[in-house]
Amino acid sequence: MPEGSKKVLDRFRQGDTDAFETVFREHKTSVFRWILRIVRDAGTAEDLTVETFWRIYRAHARFDAARGFEPWARRIATRVALDWLRARRPENTMTPEVEANLTSNERSDPAIQAEIRIKTAEAFTRLPPRLRVAAALAVVEEQPHKVIAEALGVSVTAVKLRVFRALRLLRKDLEQQGIRP
Amino acid sequence: MTEKNHNLNHESERMPESEQIKALLKAAVPRIEDEAEPRRDLWPDVLRRIEREPAKVPWFDWALAAGLVMLVAAFPSAIPVLLYYL
Repeated sequence: MPEGSKKVLDRFRQGDTDAFETVFREHKTSVFRWILRIVRDAGTAEDLTVETFWRIYRAHARFDAARGFEPWARRIATRVALDWLRARRPENTMTPEVEANLTSNERSDPAIQAEIRIKTAEAFTRLPPRLRVAAALAVVEEQPHKVIAEALGVSVTAVKLRVFRALRLLRKDLEQQGIRP
Repeated sequence: MTEKNHNLNHESERMPESEQIKALLKAAVPRIEDEAEPRRDLWPDVLRRIEREPAKVPWFDWALAAGLVMLVAAFPSAIPVLLYYL
């Protein structure tokens, strides 16, 4: 870690607001992207980024420089995003922006029809939040299991288990709708 | 439904089960772009959020205050002693 960054983080830990702003400017994009990967809506991710940095500010005295800022921030961001997912009914987590992406998704496999994609995405939003987060980060975003485990505060084995359970539930949900993947 | 599943079934013949559902999920839920950025400056919102935070009183301060009230109620004669130390 560069000496300058270390000093800024030390000052942030002591509650210096200027240092907090520097830390915010340096890490806001990575925190925003991490949250976006979980909630999949840019507006919501912006609001939750604000909430995350507010929690980071409140917890500044508990920051352990030896563990690094990014993993700590990711863990707080994951908790904030999970709280948001838990507070909403599944059908409300599918925002119009997400639906629009689904129907006109250029990167999708053309062999898989739009209707099936939408049903799969809807089934995905019905997954329990902690399984949904694991599946989104591991399968869709292809993030390393170790990073996901740190962010969720669980073991790598627990992440793999959650992904397995998420995929099994997804398959079951789709089968109930007559889709056999 | 048979027609709807035609393409899926065609693909699925070549993939193990877990890979099929993963492929379907990836097709249904697009990956977030690596260049995604917030569309506005979030710093003013963070500052507002910090300013809105109510002054928090730690739980042990509340416990101390409750203890003092109980002490005064039980032993009113202790009031002058407390006032002396304040």
